Amino acid sequence: METSGWNWEPGDRLVADIGAIKDKYEWVEEPYASPDGETIAAVANSEGEFTACVNDEAWENTFERVWNLGFGPDGRLTACASDMGEWKFVVDGEPWEESFGYVWDTHFSADGSVIAAAIQNDGTYGMAVDGTPWENLFENATAFALSVDGAHSAAAIQAKELGQADIKRYQEGLYTVAVDGTPWETLFTNVFGVTLSPDGSRAAAEVRTNLYDFTVAVDGTPWSARFQGVWKPLFDPRDGSVVAPVRQGGKWSLARDGHLIWSQYGQCWHAAFSADGARLAAIVSPQFGRWTVAVDDKPWGLTFGEMVTDLTLSADGARAAALGKDGGKWAVMVDGKAWAGRYDMAWAPVFSPDGAHVAAKVEKGGKYTVAVDGKEFAHAGEACFDPAFSPDGSLVLVKMIENGKYHRRVVPVADFK
Amino acid sequence: MADIAENTQAATDAMSYIERVAAKSAQDKADGKYAQFASIKDVGVDDGVARLTPERIEKTINQVLRGECGARMRAYVQTCVHCGLCSDACHHYLSNDKDPKYSPVGKVKRTIWKMLEKQGKLTPAECREAVVVSQTECNLCRRCQQFCPFGIDVAYMIQTVRRICHKLGITPQYIQDTCHSHASTLNQMWVKDDEWVDTLQWQEDEARDEIPNIRIPVGKVGADFMYSVIAPEPKFRTHLIYQAAVIFDQAGCDWTMPATPGWDNSDMAMFTGDFETMGRIKKAHYEAAQKLRVKKIVMGECGHAFRSVYDVGNRWLGWKMPPVPMVHSIEFFYELVKAGRIRPRELFPERVTFHDPCNTVRGRGLHEMGRYVANAFTQGVVEMAPNKVFNICCNAGGGVINCGPPWKTKRVLSNRYKAEQLARMKDQGINTIISPCHNCHGGLEDIIHYYGLEMHLMFLGDLLFKYMEKPGAVE
Amino acid sequence: MHAFYALVSGPLVWAAFALFLGGSIWKIASLMAETKAKDTYVVEYWSWSHAFASFVHWLVPFMSTNSRRQPVMTVVTFLFHIGIVLVPLFTLGHLVLLEESVLGVSWAALPDSVVDAAAWIVVLGCVYFAWRRLTLPEVRFVTSAADFVILLVVAAPFVTGIMAYHGWGDNLLMTSLHMLCGEIMLAAIPFTRLSHMLTFWYTRGYTASEFGAVRNVYDW
Repeated sequence: METSGWNWEPGDRLVADIGAIKDKYEWVEEPYASPDGETIAAVANSEGEFTACVNDEAWENTFERVWNLGFGPDGRLTACASDMGEWKFVVDGEPWEESFGYVWDTHFSADGSVIAAAIQNDGTYGMAVDGTPWENLFENATAFALSVDGAHSAAAIQAKELGQADIKRYQEGLYTVAVDGTPWETLFTNVFGVTLSPDGSRAAAEVRTNLYDFTVAVDGTPWSARFQGVWKPLFDPRDGSVVAPVRQGGKWSLARDGHLIWSQYGQCWHAAFSADGARLAAIVSPQFGRWTVAVDDKPWGLTFGEMVTDLTLSADGARAAALGKDGGKWAVMVDGKAWAGRYDMAWAPVFSPDGAHVAAKVEKGGKYTVAVDGKEFAHAGEACFDPAFSPDGSLVLVKMIENGKYHRRVVPVADFK
Repeated sequence: MADIAENTQAATDAMSYIERVAAKSAQDKADGKYAQFASIKDVGVDDGVARLTPERIEKTINQVLRGECGARMRAYVQTCVHCGLCSDACHHYLSNDKDPKYSPVGKVKRTIWKMLEKQGKLTPAECREAVVVSQTECNLCRRCQQFCPFGIDVAYMIQTVRRICHKLGITPQYIQDTCHSHASTLNQMWVKDDEWVDTLQWQEDEARDEIPNIRIPVGKVGADFMYSVIAPEPKFRTHLIYQAAVIFDQAGCDWTMPATPGWDNSDMAMFTGDFETMGRIKKAHYEAAQKLRVKKIVMGECGHAFRSVYDVGNRWLGWKMPPVPMVHSIEFFYELVKAGRIRPRELFPERVTFHDPCNTVRGRGLHEMGRYVANAFTQGVVEMAPNKVFNICCNAGGGVINCGPPWKTKRVLSNRYKAEQLARMKDQGINTIISPCHNCHGGLEDIIHYYGLEMHLMFLGDLLFKYMEKPGAVE
Repeated sequence: MHAFYALVSGPLVWAAFALFLGGSIWKIASLMAETKAKDTYVVEYWSWSHAFASFVHWLVPFMSTNSRRQPVMTVVTFLFHIGIVLVPLFTLGHLVLLEESVLGVSWAALPDSVVDAAAWIVVLGCVYFAWRRLTLPEVRFVTSAADFVILLVVAAPFVTGIMAYHGWGDNLLMTSLHMLCGEIMLAAIPFTRLSHMLTFWYTRGYTASEFGAVRNVYDW
């Protein structure tokens, strides 16, 4: 995310009085803050019509219903809205030209310049990218994806009709992947997760080739190896090879282009490459009921019993962070060591661009705040949003609603004590 | 003087309900309906069996029994002393005039013992028997496990047979189709991604006629709990979502439902032994909750789904306990009522009886909580016998009702015992059965209808919704 | 005859004990090893407190629901198992032999009349079980020849023991046969269905753990 254009002047600015905003509407739903923290928005009911209020102003357009509100990386605010029985995708208050039978599941390119969403028209399914639907729509579509650069979109699609309880036809294979609306030629029993390569030129998917065998298909061609299970694949940013968690002999590992490259674990999923592809990490279960992160097949010594989630790598891949839970309390783990604090809830860790610091939104006793390198911010409020670091990593953007007021604060890392 | 007899009414020779069941059963036997069990056709089973080869049969059976099973299965098989003490636990056995082939150990003999004895070399006909026994003659209700002096888990053994049948490709058509749905859509009813949210929004609109400010919050990150349901709710029983929303709203809950797959907690893949699909859908369910950063998942009134999320599906993935705490509606309603967050406006005018879902009693011990709620909103609960942790299954659970129309008559006839139990309640003047499980409703409705019991079924949610105070409702 | 006696009172005793002890250790060790390798759940969810509570409820008559439903079977089974344990361990003749040959120590024996009665109970128990197997359809359906052989293996040492004690038949022959039958039964324990003596704790304990510790419900 490009953050250099944001206001990084340290200090505290009151952006919006949420209480006063709420007074203007029948009701205001849960708020969302823009990435740069300059705006806060929520779905609002204005005399029975719905809109989005952005800071203290509402969109000009109102709708019968507004949902799926969210900010893109570039700060544009999107939502799905219905009017006169049609669904519209709304960007900063303006609907895309075309209406849909239904629209949902927003995807942004990394810089936010491209916006895509899942659509249904007359019972056929696909995606629309910046308002333009795929040329072909299908019986059904799931697992929608947009490439990092926004140039390509993809989904798992049902290529043929299926009659009620027709198990024979189903097992002949009905599913494949459509990239930009063009389906692969090979049909599979199932297609689950779909991934596009960073440049969007290639697609990989986890597939089931019959009721029992799983593998990864890349650009329509399945690996020759078959496994007992597979999770979502990912592309190696260096050479475009494909890596996926696979199950063999009741154990999970990682395979590259069909060959096992890691040792075996009770579970192995949510694999991630560092930006340069030098590091490969995944969430693993080294023994039943224990969870941790393995980086380059080396599991951390620290394990958690209930769950490990939100694996994040620093930009240079040198460091990794994740969340772990035991006894209903969450910990933030960085490079195999947990912060001292235990939280009622924690959000995905965020690395500073240089990888030196880690921040996360955390909740304790019903109050939300941001913790950096294990130290919590002096204030906690009734809502808080994901933190962000300044380009040089010395400042943290803390977006918080405190006593009904939304504050945008730029706080030096050193001020977290 | 006029003949006064003219004005008196002759006594009717009305049968009691228990007599009705007996009469119906006698007629069924005379009509040969029980005998027809043997000739039931099922495309999934019959086409699958026709494709079997001796090599595939032997390889598959031995791969599961030797490869996937271990000491536990061995201990169960070697420990069983063939005493038959499990027999009276089983409603199939009791309903089929104590035909020993329906006793729990009888069913193990017809499947697992045979597979071990013949070292996997079953004939296609024997494979057919294995799938019929495991998918339609056992609900995996685990009552026999409580009757067995050794605590042998017959359900585990029958579940293993189902796994073998899945791998042989001979699973009954309708439940196989449901598994296909699970794999394709991550829900059991082919509900497409947009249909799910659209249904929630439709129910929200409906509910706003009653409670103008109500919301069904979709995808609200950081809510207290995620509410998950089984796909028949958005597909056929949408009012249940409406009712739940009203209950949560009026109790002041901070809740949400996911906007993307993972909202369905049901799991027929568990019940066909397609564990790979089971794992996939449970992963989606828990990850949906985690993405929403909720503290717990409250699930609707379903039994089998609780089993899947609480101690089966999660384990296959490596989660020793649910990674996000899992609370059944029975327990959640109990907490709301106990804390006074929902109060009866008036009471249901009659006494009721309570049918326990196997998976919430033997699966979680929630029987007293269920009764607490039912008692608080009715004139009182009159107990069936046996009940609570020794309840008799509805014969729909364990995926049996999901095997669909071909097996319906067999399913209903094979639970005459439950019909008798219900008839005794009806004869005591009990007209209403509270049961917090969809499958139980499906199974009991069929039994009630077939045997003419004229009883009425309710979910706890039905009861709360109808009789609770709703301060936010318009007049 | 004396050679036969020498065989059954000498080498075969050693062989029987070796098979019993060695077999039992093998049985338990292999069960544990395979459990650790393939049945992680048994280890992971094991709860001793729930296992013990369950053992008590299923070993003491009428503490489990099903035992109350089957009073005759419950009483017979209970007395039968008591007899099987008491008679070999507390018969004066056994104790003397064991002390003199191997152990060098002994413990108080039960009065002969008590042991005799217990042995009769065991034999009658076997008769009752055989009767069940022959007459109750749900038991007959799952009964095979092996089940009767097991009953014979169990009944034989007690029948011959009673005969030897009461002096019915040739004393040396009966004593020799009694020893042989006892040895057969002892050796058979780890390798037959009689191993439920060893595996009861495993199956019962695991079920109790899942019911009690995971699912919050009792298993009796």
